[in-house]
Amino acid sequence: MTAAIQVNAVEKSFGNVQIIRDLNLSVAKGERHAIIGPNGAGKSTTFNLISGHIKPTSGEIRLNGEVTSGLRPFEINRRGLSRSFQVTNVFARMTVWENVRCAVLWATGHRYAFWKNVDSLPEVKQRTAQILDDIHLSHRRDVPAGLLTYAEQRELEIGITIAGGASVIMLDEPTAGMSHAETERAVALIRRLTEGRTLVIVEHDMSVVFGLADRISVLVYGHIIASGTPEEIRGNPKVKEAYLGEEVD
Amino acid sequence: MTNAPTPSLAAAKQESSGALGFYGVWLLAAAALVVLPLVFSSGGSLTSFSLIGIAIIFALSYNILLGQTGLLSFGHAVQYGLGGFLAVHVMNAAASHNWPIPLPVIPLVGGIGGMAFALLVGWVMTKRAGTVFAMISLGIGELVASSSLILRSVFGGESGITTDRTSLMPLFGWTFGPQIQVYYLIAFWVLVSAIAMYALTRTPLGRICNAVRDNPERVEFIGYDPHVVRYLAYMFAGFFAGIAGGLTAINFEIANSAYLGAMQSGFVLFSTFIGGTAYFFGPILGAILVTYLQLGLTSVTSVWQLYFGVIFIGIVMFAPGGIAGILMKHRPLIRAGTLGTVIPSYLVAAIPTLAFALGIILTIETVARFSGGDPINLLGIPFVATAPTTWAAAAVLVVGGFLVARITWRRVADAWDRAATVARDRGYLA
Ligand SMILES: Nc1ncnc2c1ncn2[C@@H]1O[C@H](COP(=O)(O)OP(=O)(O)O)[C@@H](O)[C@H]1O
Ligand SMILES: [Mg+2]
Repeated sequence: MTAAIQVNAVEKSFGNVQIIRDLNLSVAKGERHAIIGPNGAGKSTTFNLISGHIKPTSGEIRLNGEVTSGLRPFEINRRGLSRSFQVTNVFARMTVWENVRCAVLWATGHRYAFWKNVDSLPEVKQRTAQILDDIHLSHRRDVPAGLLTYAEQRELEIGITIAGGASVIMLDEPTAGMSHAETERAVALIRRLTEGRTLVIVEHDMSVVFGLADRISVLVYGHIIASGTPEEIRGNPKVKEAYLGEEVD
Repeated sequence: MTNAPTPSLAAAKQESSGALGFYGVWLLAAAALVVLPLVFSSGGSLTSFSLIGIAIIFALSYNILLGQTGLLSFGHAVQYGLGGFLAVHVMNAAASHNWPIPLPVIPLVGGIGGMAFALLVGWVMTKRAGTVFAMISLGIGELVASSSLILRSVFGGESGITTDRTSLMPLFGWTFGPQIQVYYLIAFWVLVSAIAMYALTRTPLGRICNAVRDNPERVEFIGYDPHVVRYLAYMFAGFFAGIAGGLTAINFEIANSAYLGAMQSGFVLFSTFIGGTAYFFGPILGAILVTYLQLGLTSVTSVWQLYFGVIFIGIVMFAPGGIAGILMKHRPLIRAGTLGTVIPSYLVAAIPTLAFALGIILTIETVARFSGGDPINLLGIPFVATAPTTWAAAAVLVVGGFLVARITWRRVADAWDRAATVARDRGYLA
């Protein structure tokens, strides 16, 4: 079976600083894959490469077997990959409802339509309401996204990401800055909403990572030093040395 | 908050009253457009109404770019002017070849002209938003305005190209010679264009325009190419600007290079911004006010542009949401029933603020008319520009007015804060 995401020997330099070196990653369809690693390791850069935000200096990226390196983000999104951002990235002046609805429009086939009334598209309405319900923001539907609390914005960020129904979901530190209770709620949400889809998640909370992920990749200095099941990662001496230290024992 | 209706109920209620309000507003607008010339029937008001109507379409078209899509254009008059020129050429051709084209469809020709130009240059222009787009729009504006003086066969040089609107096929006995018939032609297009532009904001494209305005980067990750969105918005803006240009050509029976120039582009930016870009009706208010001021001020003062500058700076600094923004700020207070607590402070503040404004006007006119010019007439009181008493009066009004006004402004702010807090506590955010 072809992998959902296949990264082959990707390198990325900014100027003459090489940030990503010989990156190889394979995420199977339906798998929950966590990427961990110290700050500045290149996790967000990896997300940017896979989602088309930036182009690799060399190497190749495939989505469901099709080469996507070199494509624009919206072309990759249309092929079934959707990502969230580490720093909240929503439509600040638009309401919560409108934020989610915008993310539903392309996927429901309405594209650039200027001859349809957006308020009278039943499947758009229904799907938007469903997503709002899923992310527990129905009661905030008419509030401009810029006025939400931090935790609510993070949930909206997830809502926008999953709204299009992409088969591959990438979440960049979705629980960063959340309290313990908020994190638990968000993880339950992520688990439920990505059921049956492929998930790639960057996460710092090790209990979340080991509880959620089927497989884990450890990124250090732009290179994946280990990839495997939680047990394999836990027992890997290289990982212990480079990143996890004593904390997992 | 506790006894607030459940969200779904509130939403349903909002939707049904929204639909009713929606048709109500347009019916009211249509009725107003029909009745206006019957109430104010002088030739002067008919001319003013015609110009205001055209300005409304033009400003609304500009707001497709500025308010809806976040594109600041310094050359929107290009599409307007080219629409006007195409309209004139088609009118002349129709007259000389006896084409069966009635005058009321000519604005559509203007729209096609504006859109065709947008189609041609838009793809390159809208590749980037922000400063890049603003600069290119300025460049294109200058380019077209200056070529219009060189390409004499198309643009008629300095004098422009004239036409005769009565030479086209009459429609239901209307020749469109009298201004009243032209007014109704314009009113019809104002209504149709405004409804169409409002409807556009309610389409998938219209919503994504807002998303591109707020965050073009994120738009790329929900399947949309912001470049295509901007390009489409630019074409629609060009289309409606062209309709406005076509109407202007009909109204004045001429198209000249001034239609295309920076003055005209500045005028529409002014109207739109002063009216307020965040609400659909903002540019309508702006177009009415600015056109009315322009018509009124040009006859009483030679430095009317200076007043525009002062108003514009005032709006940018103190009310960046424009008139619509100021009005809509009151909505939560009205809903919460606390508006009554701020009105007295407004009334108190109005007096010294008016004195301050009069002082500014007196100062400007004194400077403008110091070396010759008519005597100043302010609220029926004559002032001589060279008299020290005039200077003293101006100084007293400016300084005294400002000092007192500042105190009353603070009171307005305090009263406002209290009322807004109460409104927030009662659950009214907007
Ligand atoms: N656009 C960029 N230009 C230059 N350097 C960048 C850019 N994006 C990321 N970097 C650098 O790449 C490194 C990895 O960043 P990032 O991928 O955000 O790390 P992580 O998400 O693992 O914390 C950092 O040193 C960062 O400064
Ligand atoms: Mg990061």
